Amino acid sequence: MNGDQMMRAHSATLPAPQFDNPAWVSPVALANARVAIVTSAALYAAGDEAFSAVDTGYRIIDRERRDLVLGHWSPNFDQMGVKMDLNVVYPIDRLEELAAQGIIGSVAPRHISFAGNQPDDVSTIRLDTGPAAAAQLRQDGVDVVILTPV
Amino acid sequence: MSVLAHIFEAAGIATVVLSSVREVAQKVAPPRALHCEFPLGRPLGIPNDVEFQMDVLRRAFALLTEPSGPVLVDHPVVIEADEQPVSCAIPPRFDASLPPCVDEARGIKKAYVRALERRGVTSVGRSIAADEVPNALAVLHAIANGQDWTTAEIPGGNIMSLCHDIRTYYEEAALELIDGPAPGGRAMENWFFEKTEAGATVLKARTAMRDAGAKFPVWFYMAPGNR
Repeated sequence: MNGDQMMRAHSATLPAPQFDNPAWVSPVALANARVAIVTSAALYAAGDEAFSAVDTGYRIIDRERRDLVLGHWSPNFDQMGVKMDLNVVYPIDRLEELAAQGIIGSVAPRHISFAGNQPDDVSTIRLDTGPAAAAQLRQDGVDVVILTPV
Repeated sequence: MSVLAHIFEAAGIATVVLSSVREVAQKVAPPRALHCEFPLGRPLGIPNDVEFQMDVLRRAFALLTEPSGPVLVDHPVVIEADEQPVSCAIPPRFDASLPPCVDEARGIKKAYVRALERRGVTSVGRSIAADEVPNALAVLHAIANGQDWTTAEIPGGNIMSLCHDIRTYYEEAALELIDGPAPGGRAMENWFFEKTEAGATVLKARTAMRDAGAKFPVWFYMAPGNR
């Protein structure tokens, strides 16, 4: 079993939180929507606070920043793709292009990064830092989020 | 990611997840997910391929017009990780008095510096600075060859982040040394652990620590779980 197969098989066995009454938002038309990226790659802007080994918080990445550090603690995924091209994890230039083409309304001024390695119950993200990140995005008028994992 | 999708949706923001593990997306059932069977760490699929990345985003955003959910759609393209080591030059032995891994780490320093100058950012530095990598390898070399790891002076104090910095130093340097096509997922990891003295030293030190009774999380995460 290769590394990706092993990690996928392992991830499939982890406890999965249940959402019994999931919310559903009908967004504005994409051409009018403000779009933000939320990634679990633990990317952060150079000079910002690094991610700790068990970090349930998030970092804000300003729209203009491209000097991002990969702060994820897991050795179990490819770390080179994002170093060859940030967009393969954090498609910020693609969003700028889509906005210039009028396909999306606008690019959010701030984007969000979490660390993907979380405690099994994900309770801090679920109860605290996740809603706080959502409030931050709402303040910025975000309509649509694209979530990118590593 | 799928958990966050539910949280954001509850806050009034529409979400699309690029799923990387299909079973998780099925179980957590975020409102909209595009499952992308791509190498882990590359959710948009292919570095520097604007068209492919745009295709992923177009398919993801198209899910926003679905009237109800949860929606889980597969991207039609599957990209396997590359299990071959990337073709990449390794410096020849220079100072035979040094352990091979230390000599090697010194030898690739110029490539690391070039990579840093070109990219303007590095992910080395979680535990030690790039200049300290050769010395850190000397410590791991000693552990691999029988020194008690509990009395070894681990630079930076945390062996997991130390191993991250060593591997990242090599992999970022290798970006300047690749003499073939751009590496697929895992190709650079394969090069580090299978072709370099540093990778071999990390694995030997890890085995030595495991055999000496180090706790599982201490030794295990020094390298990917399948090694």
